[in-house]
Amino acid sequence: MKPNSAIKNLVNYTMFAVTGVCTVIAVGILFFILGYLIYNGGKSLSLSFFTNLPAPVGEIGGGMANAIVGSGKVLLLATLIGIPIGFLGGVYLSEYSNQQVAFTIRYVTDLLNGVPSIVIGIVVYALAVHPVGHFSTFAGGIALGIMMIPISVRSTEEFLSAVPQSLREAALALGAPKWKSIVTVVIPAAMRGIISGTMLDLARVAGETAPLLFTALGNSFWSPGWNQPSATLPVVIFRYAISPYDDWHRQAWAAGFVLLALVLLINIIARLALSRGMYVPKG
Amino acid sequence: MYPKGRAPSSPETSSASGEPKKAILPVLVKLSTVNLDFYYGAYQALQSISLDFQENHITALIGPSGCGKSTFLRTLNRMHETVKGTRLTGQILLDGKDILKEDVNAVRLKVGMVFQRSNPFPKTIFENVAYGLHVNSFQGGKAALREVVEKSLVKAALWEEVKDKLNQSAFGLSGGQQQRLCIARALAVEPEVLLLDEPCSALDPIATAKIEDLLFALKAETTIVIVTHNMQQAARVSDFTGFFLLGKMIEFNTTNVIFQNPAETATEDYVTGRFG
Repeated sequence: MKPNSAIKNLVNYTMFAVTGVCTVIAVGILFFILGYLIYNGGKSLSLSFFTNLPAPVGEIGGGMANAIVGSGKVLLLATLIGIPIGFLGGVYLSEYSNQQVAFTIRYVTDLLNGVPSIVIGIVVYALAVHPVGHFSTFAGGIALGIMMIPISVRSTEEFLSAVPQSLREAALALGAPKWKSIVTVVIPAAMRGIISGTMLDLARVAGETAPLLFTALGNSFWSPGWNQPSATLPVVIFRYAISPYDDWHRQAWAAGFVLLALVLLINIIARLALSRGMYVPKG
Repeated sequence: MYPKGRAPSSPETSSASGEPKKAILPVLVKLSTVNLDFYYGAYQALQSISLDFQENHITALIGPSGCGKSTFLRTLNRMHETVKGTRLTGQILLDGKDILKEDVNAVRLKVGMVFQRSNPFPKTIFENVAYGLHVNSFQGGKAALREVVEKSLVKAALWEEVKDKLNQSAFGLSGGQQQRLCIARALAVEPEVLLLDEPCSALDPIATAKIEDLLFALKAETTIVIVTHNMQQAARVSDFTGFFLLGKMIEFNTTNVIFQNPAETATEDYVTGRFG
């Protein structure tokens, strides 16, 4: 045995212990948050939470049906705005752009992705709220839609680039024009990946609060159509959590639980879509 | 090494066609290149290639790796245009007309291609074969489409193996079957010329033999150009052989002459296995 092997062993075990503990903490935080939300939110959760409108303070049986529907509407609008633009931009980036243009587009989308969400909220406020004089579901959808674009562009590009060149060549060699080879071969081959990327994109913006404070604002009642202020889950959580009422705090926990469950569900669906798909040979 | 004058498997002894080959006389030039130069950026990959391909015959292009034979093959249906930074001068004549001046998609319909590695689409077997018809706006009905698919699979000697699973994914097939599927896919649009880029390099000897038999049968209706690394294969299947070296075509003649009595020493060295 060499003289310093004891020290070596000690260092080895220390490294193992430190990295292991940090990993446990990293993973544990998710479970801690989950557990805390389930404990606090689960006991405040009831059927009326999903079916009733918010009740005045002191009255029992209030719910957040309007916020759940409101969040759904805002996310639907965001998807309709963000995904087509992001998807087609990604197709251009992967299939048509040359190297320099591609570099610029990637750089710009990464920058857009890094813009703080509250800044996007202010800009949409200035463009879609201030001129018309009121908050709206529509403005909320625009704000979240803008936030979805950069991730959609990049994930679409990534999955399209993973499609083997040999498939493109096979289609072109059969007399298919380039656009047809993209529509009939390249995109279908990458479709599951693109769908899963879209789901993750949606999950990411589902919890955004800051841009909605400036755009959809909030509403204690139903918000018919697209042109009125609307309650959304993240904003309701914010308002209820900072209120002085215990009852509202419980409702905020429940809303947090529902939101997290929704995001986790979207994530799981996305992973499933990806693991089942993309059977493309290498080469 | 084989003794001079005796190629490893000369066309006369080839059994694939079932009968000895007749002496081949040039009948009709289907496709030809005239002074074809090709550049990747500043690098000249092909130097002044002039070559005639006879209708309803098989022409093999042989030569060591990097000699330009695959590059040359890809120019024949303008697949080189999918690579950026390439430049081509000279003429490529199909039935006397310069394909460089025609619509590229129409050219590729007439001059089909099968690649080194089988590349079926992630679709069903049926959809794979029907793809070329679909993208070229096939006018016939469903029954007519089915007929073309069946005919193409029969021609590619694959029908018996897949007729009960046309709606299954093409990825379920073996490597050799996938390559024959790619041939069927290319045949479905009835190309006048079929280009094959080392189609058997990833296949075992049995699958290779099947494809070679297939080529014999196909030459009745198409003109075939095959790039191969395998000299026995060139000797077995082809009527004419062109030997490429360093971007130049060194020698072109009937396969018998190339393998038994080549004019150039480089050709002889290569076909007898002295280098390459």
